[in-house]
Amino acid sequence: MSELASMFVESPVFGIGISLLAFYAGSLVYKRTASPLMNPLVLSMLMIIALLLAFHISFDDYNRGGRFISFFLGPATVILAVPLYRKISLLKENAVPILAGIGLGSAAGIASIILMCRLFNLDELVSVSMIPKSVTTPIGIEISGQLGGMPSITVAAIVFTGVTGVLLGPMVCRLFGIEDKVAIGVAIGTSSHALGTTKAVELGETEGAMSGLAIGIAGLVTVFLAPVLAELLM
Amino acid sequence: MIRYLIQFGIILFVCFLGDLLQSSLNIPVPGNIIGMLLLLILLLTGLLKMSMIEDVSNFMLKHLSFFFIPAAVGLLTCFSVLEGKWTELMFISVFSTFIIALVTGMTVQLLMKRRKAGE
Repeated sequence: MSELASMFVESPVFGIGISLLAFYAGSLVYKRTASPLMNPLVLSMLMIIALLLAFHISFDDYNRGGRFISFFLGPATVILAVPLYRKISLLKENAVPILAGIGLGSAAGIASIILMCRLFNLDELVSVSMIPKSVTTPIGIEISGQLGGMPSITVAAIVFTGVTGVLLGPMVCRLFGIEDKVAIGVAIGTSSHALGTTKAVELGETEGAMSGLAIGIAGLVTVFLAPVLAELLM
Repeated sequence: MIRYLIQFGIILFVCFLGDLLQSSLNIPVPGNIIGMLLLLILLLTGLLKMSMIEDVSNFMLKHLSFFFIPAAVGLLTCFSVLEGKWTELMFISVFSTFIIALVTGMTVQLLMKRRKAGE
């Protein structure tokens, strides 16, 4: 590599710059195609990983700039209180069914993940990284770190869950006769966070609002359930 | 622009308070989650008005996934750990999503029906 190129790669400008560029390109593709598979985060990740591999640039070089972006994960977690606050009045009418559904569903999800990881003989590092895979990304990163997992694996699993959940959530509801609009919304938001919610919004106003409410609550519920269930079942 | 900076300052301060509470009280919950709960309480009690953080929150929420890019690219460093496990992990992802949607949806629907029948 020429001296100028290596100077560029070693500067934080490189990591920040390609992240901005990749996200811009990813967002354009997403807008054009309007397909959940063309998720801007997935596209950005694939483009940047391909670039780093192709030019033999290390993750540490990229992350010299990347860590400035990751700094915003803290504030990004805190502001999740904003959409939750906006939707919390929806809880008033049906608090018990909604909270019971999210609590039981999340617990069943975590238990199924831990048991399947044991079944497949996956090591603890990978297993705990999978536990928070159905919650919204900033909360999932926090839980993964707390449990001693690798947040990068968690992010990948979360995005994969969201992309597949867009199809899977509504399908489960149809197959198993879940017709109540509140139930559909809460099921989608709890199982596939914000990506699933984009689909719930298409299904109807109630479904969308309930799915949005479920994102924040499921995240918080999982924060408290994950360490307990990990202790019990692992 | 100044308004955005002030609003972001408020959010950073709540972040810091969350970390502070976490480390001083030794709570086994991540500091940023405590910050999120703190912000929710501040909004619910009216100690903080939505208008004091609204613009910067809307901006960040709209582009939220941008902030996850470096963490996602970090997957590159996990390739060796994940070697030979991709199929299993995808299966676990899909199957657990299925379980969560099913159990959550069924529970909510059942309790909603009971409530309606009780009325």
